[in-house]
Amino acid sequence: MVMVLVGFAIVIAVLLAWVNHITEAPIKAKAEKTLQDGIQEVMQTQDMKVTKNDTIRQMADGKETVFVVHEVANQAGKGIGAAVESTVMGFGGDLKVLVGFDDLGKILGYTILQTSETPGLGMKADKWFQKDGKGNVIGKSPATGDLAVSKDGGDVDAITASTITSRAFLKAINQAYAAYAHKGVDGDSGASKQI
Amino acid sequence: MSKYKIILNGLIKENPTFVLLLGMCPTLATTTSALNGLSMGLATMLVLLCTNTVISCIKRITPGQVHIPVFIIVIAAFVTLLQMFMSAYAPDGINKALGIFIPLIVVNCIILGRAESFACKHTPLESLCDGVGIGLGFTFGLTLLGVVRELLGAGSVFGVVLLPETTNMLLFILPPGAFITLGYLIAIFNRFKAK
Repeated sequence: MVMVLVGFAIVIAVLLAWVNHITEAPIKAKAEKTLQDGIQEVMQTQDMKVTKNDTIRQMADGKETVFVVHEVANQAGKGIGAAVESTVMGFGGDLKVLVGFDDLGKILGYTILQTSETPGLGMKADKWFQKDGKGNVIGKSPATGDLAVSKDGGDVDAITASTITSRAFLKAINQAYAAYAHKGVDGDSGASKQI
Repeated sequence: MSKYKIILNGLIKENPTFVLLLGMCPTLATTTSALNGLSMGLATMLVLLCTNTVISCIKRITPGQVHIPVFIIVIAAFVTLLQMFMSAYAPDGINKALGIFIPLIVVNCIILGRAESFACKHTPLESLCDGVGIGLGFTFGLTLLGVVRELLGAGSVFGVVLLPETTNMLLFILPPGAFITLGYLIAIFNRFKAK
């Protein structure tokens, strides 16, 4: 009886280890590709390559938050901005956003990487804030002041009945910009001197 | 019992959602939209087909005392294999839609229930048919529940908008709506079955 149980456990452990071994590489390649596609989508251009990946830890609301900044340049090598991964607490759990900024901090695009918002309410965030959505944030710039929903005196329309998600989403973008700007202080000041 | 009868048995007479009331957790939690319900049903069916067949094959070499541990190992192994293969090779769309539901299948009592009550008493072929029947029954139940909830709560079916936004009853997308809808559907199902 014990032998049967142990036998099954061993056979299945070997099987799982083997499958894990052969699927490991494709899974990793796929995750990499998904991220690349995401960066391409939020930067709104095909003519790009990621030049640098930085993981930045910053204090936000008394909690250490991790941001990943993917600096992006066009094929000619000129820096065109960065795509930033930013995580905040949404209504139902972590809300992870990938947002693309041009070199002046203007929002080029965004995509939601991870969400557990309420279906039919906060879940609408993936379309709502896009260019043709009701709360369009594309083209706005956190560089000229934090984005905020109209209820808080800002100029972004919140998702109907999902103010918490909307606030969280904008916070993710504001923090992403803070991480990006903080990161690129030298580059930015250099650029402004030239102008 | 003929193969056809076994399939029909799972689909109607012992429908897991409306008659056996098994697997209520995924039933209530994942049916916020028709597509989610359908996806969960199909993923469960795929695992059920594999486990039913394998368990039926190994029933003779498994002593009674370790039935359940062995079955659970087999079920968990299949779910893990499915998850690894899907994240490695399945198209992105399918993987995204199904991905989050797959780990839930391990704890789905339909799988263990059918292993104990059917597969370990019947031939592999009959068990496969039972997997088809119960799997289809579960998929049918979840899809129906998803269609009703999505229609009443978000005004659409499979993402196609049918009703104007003003008629949306948000309650049906939230957890209480799942219980209410399920209750009514069971009542309707019983009414038709009684005839």
